[in-house]
Amino acid sequence: MTVLLLVALAVVFAFLAIRARRLITSALWLAGVSALCALVFSLYGARQVAVIELSVGAGLVTVLFVFAISVAGDEPLAGRPVLPRPLSAGLVLLWMLVLGGMLLPGLPIPPAVPPDRAGLAEVLWGPRGLDALLQVVVIFAGVLGLLGLLAESGAPLDGAVAREVAAGRERDLQALTEQLQDGEAVPE
Amino acid sequence: MSLAPLQIAVLGVIGLLGAGFYGLLAGRNLIKIVVALQVLVKGALLGLVAAGSVKGQVALGESLAVTVIVADTIVAVMGIALGVQIRRRVGTLDVKELSKLRG
Repeated sequence: MTVLLLVALAVVFAFLAIRARRLITSALWLAGVSALCALVFSLYGARQVAVIELSVGAGLVTVLFVFAISVAGDEPLAGRPVLPRPLSAGLVLLWMLVLGGMLLPGLPIPPAVPPDRAGLAEVLWGPRGLDALLQVVVIFAGVLGLLGLLAESGAPLDGAVAREVAAGRERDLQALTEQLQDGEAVPE
Repeated sequence: MSLAPLQIAVLGVIGLLGAGFYGLLAGRNLIKIVVALQVLVKGALLGLVAAGSVKGQVALGESLAVTVIVADTIVAVMGIALGVQIRRRVGTLDVKELSKLRG
């Protein structure tokens, strides 16, 4: 019953995150979805993933969203979406009904299986060791990509623009030198 | 009527995937689309963890979920960074406007 309640709340929060007009509200609802999912994972016995989801999904990603929204602004967009909203909602509802109708009636209720004794670390570094190494590569690639994207990329000046900027600097320097030679007070 | 844990998880997966797909279809803001992707991935995570738990292979489900969380976080970070750069350079996050860009 608790799991059902939490899952239902997570789905409601997810729809609220999608429907929210302001981005910051959307990010906060998304953090709620992550926190509820972490609780559900914990109830399913996946406690380590629950902790990771709580810290990464509800913590790190939310902070990143808030940072991005503070930089990019939070103005609601005027105009209509690419697809009309009723059409999108109808399509998604139809898809959900079809998927639910196909999956749920024939879903076998498996007998209770005792959990295996292997821990996450044993599986992650044992049979799935290659995956773990690839994850490290993906993390490094992501960090490098992020640094490249967020770098203040001032395009190198060349051609006429570069000459104009250099001439301007030269003029300023010349004027400053003349002022110093004349003994005038240098403006701050 | 009581639902089995797997049925509850399947319902949750369908709901979360539905919310995510709706966000992808109806969303125009680039950052909102990243939010929709995040919701989609939460559905996938729920499915993985529930399947592992029901089959008695919690650790396998957890290890798969960790992989998905890593990939999803990288996708979110890159999407957010792209959004910030696009906002700085183009001045909008509207995908309808961005699709008109040429060159």
